[in-house]
Amino acid sequence: MVTDIKLKEVPKKQLAIQPKKFILWLFMVSIVMVFAALTSGFIVRQAEGNWLAYALPSQLWVSTCIILLSSGTAIWALKSSKSGNLTTTRTGLILTLLLGLAFLVTQFWVWSVLVDNKIYFVGNPAGSFLYVLMGVHAFHLLSGLLYLLIMLIRAYKVRSAEQIQFHLGLSTTYWHFLTGLWVYLYVFLIIYH
Amino acid sequence: MSTAHVDLTDEMGHEDHGHHEQGFVSKYIFSTDHKIIAKQFLISGIVWALIGGLLSVIFRLQLGFPDMDMSWLSPLLGKWINIDPGTGVGKLDTGFYLALVTMHGTIMVFFVLTAGLSGTFSNFLIPLQIGARDMASGFMNMLSYWFFFLSSVIMFISFFISTGPASGSWVIYPPLSALPQAMEGSGLGMTLWLVAMALFIVSTLLGGINYIATVINMRTEGMSFTKLPLTIWAFFLTAIIGLLSFPVLLSAALLLILDRSFGTSFYLSEIYIGGEALPNMGGSPILFQHLFWFLGHPEVYIVLLPSLGITSEIISTNSRKPIFGYKAMIGSMMGIAILSFVVWAHHMFVTGMNPFAGSIFMILTLIIAVPSAIKSFNYLTTLWKGNIIFTPAMLFSIGLVSFFISGGITGIFLGNAALDIQLHDTYFVVAHFHLVMGSAAFFGMLAGVYHWFPKMFGRMMDRKLGYVHFWLSFIGIYLIFFPMHYIGIAGYPRRYYSFTNFDTFSTFADLNSFISLAAIATFIAQLIFVFNFFYSIFRGKKATQNPWKSNTLEWTTPINPGHGNWPGAIPKVYRWPYDYSKPGAKDDFIPQTVPYAETPESNLPHEQELAGLESNNDNAIKVD
Repeated sequence: MVTDIKLKEVPKKQLAIQPKKFILWLFMVSIVMVFAALTSGFIVRQAEGNWLAYALPSQLWVSTCIILLSSGTAIWALKSSKSGNLTTTRTGLILTLLLGLAFLVTQFWVWSVLVDNKIYFVGNPAGSFLYVLMGVHAFHLLSGLLYLLIMLIRAYKVRSAEQIQFHLGLSTTYWHFLTGLWVYLYVFLIIYH
Repeated sequence: MSTAHVDLTDEMGHEDHGHHEQGFVSKYIFSTDHKIIAKQFLISGIVWALIGGLLSVIFRLQLGFPDMDMSWLSPLLGKWINIDPGTGVGKLDTGFYLALVTMHGTIMVFFVLTAGLSGTFSNFLIPLQIGARDMASGFMNMLSYWFFFLSSVIMFISFFISTGPASGSWVIYPPLSALPQAMEGSGLGMTLWLVAMALFIVSTLLGGINYIATVINMRTEGMSFTKLPLTIWAFFLTAIIGLLSFPVLLSAALLLILDRSFGTSFYLSEIYIGGEALPNMGGSPILFQHLFWFLGHPEVYIVLLPSLGITSEIISTNSRKPIFGYKAMIGSMMGIAILSFVVWAHHMFVTGMNPFAGSIFMILTLIIAVPSAIKSFNYLTTLWKGNIIFTPAMLFSIGLVSFFISGGITGIFLGNAALDIQLHDTYFVVAHFHLVMGSAAFFGMLAGVYHWFPKMFGRMMDRKLGYVHFWLSFIGIYLIFFPMHYIGIAGYPRRYYSFTNFDTFSTFADLNSFISLAAIATFIAQLIFVFNFFYSIFRGKKATQNPWKSNTLEWTTPINPGHGNWPGAIPKVYRWPYDYSKPGAKDDFIPQTVPYAETPESNLPHEQELAGLESNNDNAIKVD
């Protein structure tokens, strides 16, 4: 009887997306709109003239590489959990967390380079926009780090990797989104700064 | 067998929630049940509507009777009434007048017609009408309400600070809103406004994400998108619009906060105050207007679409006729939703924008008339030759159609870039949006309350009081806003404290007093509703299970649905929700849960084929 019911459950599950996963995607849509607003504001403001021209600090390459690498380790962590290897899942998560922190440190480093180049947060909007774009992204990245940290703690509480697989999938999806968002911002800045 | 199947697929374990008693706090305060959250939104919305209405009465007194002695208001308004020490005559403080206008707009647009309307009916009706036990995430839903509540508290507190609430109007254009020196309300009041609105946006996003996820993922078996009631379509599209536009307001507000508190120059440039130059250079106040109206215009439809959806449902039910043009209704709502994102600059024709851009925004704006007209005609053709039952809800729905048409037509004038030079920021604009967006959306909300009150509280609202409320409101609103068109064309600007210094306007002084009297009368008429609402919760006539003989799923639940909505299995859906007065049918309505196999007498040929599929059903349904 019981197995019979479970068999019937399967086709329906495939039709609908898991609501929590869907909620995450909608949440990411709203973040996209925040950045769409900021970057289009950037373009509109730039078109009006009186725009301070400056070179982007080359250190941004370093942070971009770090965050791309962290997405790689996130993929590794998720794959390990799927193949049931809890140890490598944990290692993957730790690496991702550390690389995420390294990214934030590099971004902060970029800010200090900007200050050395006399591009200040308070001043011409050309500079302020850069700080705001990086800052708002870093703020969202903190939320991503928090989610990964919760997953890491859970990874030490569970017996088998399958138990955290679903939420690990969500958290790494969010993490890849944040990586993609940064790549978008970087490309945008290269084109428009 | 099929019963067991349904229970398992829809959240195991929800079943037993209805049976054990929850504590008072988890049942009525920090509840995750969508019905309770909806009632919380509704009652908060009513409280805010009364506050917002009262504010408008105070500034209408000033506008209609500029020479009046207002010292009798000083017990309520305290130091905002300036009493002349010599004569003892009290005058409304000019700064506070602006704060009243600002807060009236903010409260009505966001707290009443966004949170109070979407928050109430999306929460209440989405799970009930699509056949779900609750929202996709009850916890997020609860957070949504409490973020709104916190936002409300902060906004309310701003009335009691010494510099008064925000007063740069609800659109908070910088530099007025960005510089605390600009006016009293731009100090702490503006800061509180921004904090409250940031929380409000979080609340709206949490709610909206939930509505979308629920509609897409949690429909009951058979409830395809083409069988959804139009209410759900409207709430769904509203939530999508909100999801895309509110984050933009958040960005705009973030930059404004940075300008106000951290010294950046996103919106500020070359400003002199008292002969001294401010350090801010290079900002653009127009940038704020672009960002603001990118939310601001879709917001109009966030306010209006739910009401249009509610009206579709009520008009069809009470005309005892299928809605005319179901798919055209969906199509035009989609059209409105998409167009709402590409017309924002029609609020900015006179900001010195490129005339070519102006003409593009003008054309796009005028195109909105097409889906709007389709909707109006569909309402009228649904009413046409129907067996109309004039319940209070039906009257308010018809009232909405009237406001939607008479307010919408003036939109065609305002959308013209050339005419807007004359009409911009006059009372013509005030009249336009108060009819088409304010009153229409408000009537939709009232219609919804009258219609779904029996489902919310298990009792009926008093019919006669409903009729009195309707006629006083309907006539009152036209008496308030129709004359405003004339004084607007005559050139009365919005937001002015008084017009006594302009000789040109003295001929309209009587008309202005008349508008104020109508406004006061209309406000008092709303108290009838408030009494009826709260009295009926406790003393109203007991409701029957399906008092309006309606087809939708919510009327298949018990009279007082518990947590989880249906005590047994969730019903399956076989047909669209508008089978009213179907030729050959026994009754003049066939609920969505009745299979075609049970109604051979009224089936159309293609429905007869569907009836065949239902009988060897299980597999057939799962495939689609």
